[in-house]
Amino acid sequence: MSYATQKLAEEKVFKDPVHRYIHVRDQVIWDLINSREVQRLRRIKQLGTSYLVFHGAEHSRFNHSLGVYEIVRRISDDIFHGRPEWDESERLVVLCAALLHDLGHGPFSHSFEKVFALDHEEYTRKILLGETEVNEILQKVSTDFPTKVAEVIAKTYSNKQVVSLISSQIDADRMDYLQRDAYYTGVSYGHFDMERILRVMRPLDDQVVIKSSGMHAVEDYIMSRYQMYWQVYFHPVARSAEVILRKILQRAKELSASGYKFEQPPTHFLSFFDQSFTLKEYLALDEGVLMTYFQLWMTERDPILADLCDRFVNRRLFQYVDFDPGKDYKKLGELAELFQSAGIDPEYYLIDDSTSDLPYDFYRPGEEEERLPIHLLMPNGDIKELSRLSQIVDAISGKRRTDYKLYFPAELLIDGKKTAIKQQILEMLREGGV
Amino acid sequence: MLQGHAKIVDFIATAEGVTGRKKLQKMIYIMKKLDIPFQEKYEFHIYGPYSEELTARVEELCDMGFLSEALEDKGSYVQYKYSVTEEGQEFRKVLGESILDNPLTAEKLNSKSGRFLELTATLLYFDQLNKQEQIDKLHVVKGKLNFTAEEIDEAFAFIEELRT
Repeated sequence: MSYATQKLAEEKVFKDPVHRYIHVRDQVIWDLINSREVQRLRRIKQLGTSYLVFHGAEHSRFNHSLGVYEIVRRISDDIFHGRPEWDESERLVVLCAALLHDLGHGPFSHSFEKVFALDHEEYTRKILLGETEVNEILQKVSTDFPTKVAEVIAKTYSNKQVVSLISSQIDADRMDYLQRDAYYTGVSYGHFDMERILRVMRPLDDQVVIKSSGMHAVEDYIMSRYQMYWQVYFHPVARSAEVILRKILQRAKELSASGYKFEQPPTHFLSFFDQSFTLKEYLALDEGVLMTYFQLWMTERDPILADLCDRFVNRRLFQYVDFDPGKDYKKLGELAELFQSAGIDPEYYLIDDSTSDLPYDFYRPGEEEERLPIHLLMPNGDIKELSRLSQIVDAISGKRRTDYKLYFPAELLIDGKKTAIKQQILEMLREGGV
Repeated sequence: MLQGHAKIVDFIATAEGVTGRKKLQKMIYIMKKLDIPFQEKYEFHIYGPYSEELTARVEELCDMGFLSEALEDKGSYVQYKYSVTEEGQEFRKVLGESILDNPLTAEKLNSKSGRFLELTATLLYFDQLNKQEQIDKLHVVKGKLNFTAEEIDEAFAFIEELRT
């Protein structure tokens, strides 16, 4: 028996609050789960700073990766198995891609990526193809197997059905994270009938379609996604924590560049500051390392770094107001000058942040081929795009919602120093001046 | 603040308008690959590098009144033309310096067709591979477009030209 088809003597099961059990029979999958790089995902939270708002949201990318694997395993082994349109030889590559799709995430994923101009997908590829335990395991399947897995995750793989299972508008990744994040945050929005969706999924040509009888379950999934984005993922307080996190990393980088003598030198970050880091150094960073630095930096001599770290560790977050950048961008400049006059550095204490989401999109002139829509399989074999049949989905299709916030440290504006300027700032912030 | 928005406005102003959403997507992607610091994150979206963040930012700029979006009917298809409004020019001025060291780059990109830029962007997406592997991958992901050997040679030459 080859390594690719080797089974464990006994099936392993993981208890999981979302899928009840996660089943592992393949030796390859078991070995991958036990690799250093997959275990590292236990030390990276799935929802970044959201735990500062939803205290239950401490779950990791490891949980989520197992969940995506389990959904794809069920689709491959139970739903698609035996169907002529599904190529059974793709089973192992799609299972590995599901398990490994988030391997490249760094600590506090998006904040870290923004400050150091990184792309976690690029690091997923580097981990799969570089000198890692994961690569060694995949190489044992075949020499081109790591590349195949990397191509599925990068969406450049030749079999588009396989890509669609991991990445499309209705994929295993989203189906897991919506339910998992809803469970751990304790909100009631993210739930939908995944069992029903899985039962009506069908491989067809170069895509995965949904039998039209499952349309209402898909509607529920789309609405769940919409609610989760605005109620959980874009929560303004979690964004406040993210803003502070970004500013801590930016400040440490700036201090390092200026020759500042740290009491606790940023040893683990130095190669990130000058972009010279190796894959090994990338993998050595996790949220435990960052949090340790933040705790130690709370007593640094630099008042800005110390203050920002204290804010993050002790959840003394920035306040926020809505603003309209189209109308107010000049006033932002005025505000920045007032902050400066009040002795508060606007680079670190006056921060604009925007976020937007498109709940479902199927067609946009000039970008026709960029998004794969959700297609319904009609009883007569015809294919119809979801929003043509669903009034609910049609109502939100192509409609982007954007939210702009301006973050600032409210208590520094009422601390009794330079009160006239601070009063002017507060009036601009709170009375619609911005 | 709003520097990401300002960079897009600056680029479209320098290019004196851009016709075609796909073309704009590929132009910014190519610029990023030339190390011009645009912030938008790209992913491979089935048919090529594509940035949801760029699409969002352009929509926001239209809503803010800094870009205008005009629909051009080309008979069998429609295209959107983006240009910078007077308010957008003011925004560009207030927000500061251009990141485009060489405005000619914008002009060169704008002079190419959407199809050619799609080809160039896709080759650049696979630039960690050797030349033959890039070409093989291009045919896998864009087989339906039937790019010819001449077009591919021209795209490689164009990449070289942009990099020098």
